[in-house]
Amino acid sequence: MIGINVYLALIAIATLLSMYRVFRGPTTVDRLVAVDIMTTITAGLMVLFALYYERMIFLDVALVYAMLAFGGVIAFARYMEGGL
Amino acid sequence: MNALAAIGEALVLIGTFFYFLSALGLIRMPDVYNRMQTSTKSATLGSLGVMVGVGIWALGTDFGSAAWLVKTIAIATFLLLTNPISAHALIRAAYKSGIPLWEGSVVDKYREHLEAKEKVAEEAPAEEGGEE
Repeated sequence: MIGINVYLALIAIATLLSMYRVFRGPTTVDRLVAVDIMTTITAGLMVLFALYYERMIFLDVALVYAMLAFGGVIAFARYMEGGL
Repeated sequence: MNALAAIGEALVLIGTFFYFLSALGLIRMPDVYNRMQTSTKSATLGSLGVMVGVGIWALGTDFGSAAWLVKTIAIATFLLLTNPISAHALIRAAYKSGIPLWEGSVVDKYREHLEAKEKVAEEAPAEEGGEE
C-alpha cells in the first residue's frame, strides 16, 4: 500500500527525536530512558530490515540485540541505584 | 495471500506511528517520570505492532514462511516481558538517586508507601515491648 520506505523514515524520525533527548537531557536517567527507547526502536528497525532485504537471519540478530539491550539497561539502572 | 500482506502492512504502519508518538512524548514531557510513562508504553505497543505485522506481512509474500511469524512472535513476547522490567528498574534508580518530581505533580504514592513502612517499623518493636 504505502511502501516500506515510509515506515523506515518514520523510525528514522523517531530515532532522531530520541537523540535530541540523549544530547539535551538534564539528568543521567533522562539519557538512559532515551537510550532505552532507542534500543527498542532499533529492534523494530532490524525486524523491518529483515523484511526489506528478505533475509530471515536478521530476526535472530534482532532477538539477540533485544536481550543484550535489556541486560545493559538493567546493569545501568543498578549502577544508578548504587547497588553495583 | 495478498490480504495477509495488507493486514501486516497496516499493523506495521500502526507500530511505526506509535514509535513516533513515543519519541514525541520523550521530547514533550516535563520531567523524567512523565517521559518514562509516555514513551515506554507506546514503544512497547509499537514493537508489538511492528513485529507481529512483519510476521503476517512476510506470510503474504513469495519468500515468506511460517517461521517468520513464529520468530517475530517470539521477539515480540520477549520485548513485552522485558520492557516493563527495564522501565521499572530505570525509574526506581531515578527515584533513589534523588531526582525531584515535576512541580505540577500532586501524588507521590511511593513516598507515602515508604513513610508508612518506616512508621510500621518504628512502632512494631514498641508494641512488642509493651506486650511483654
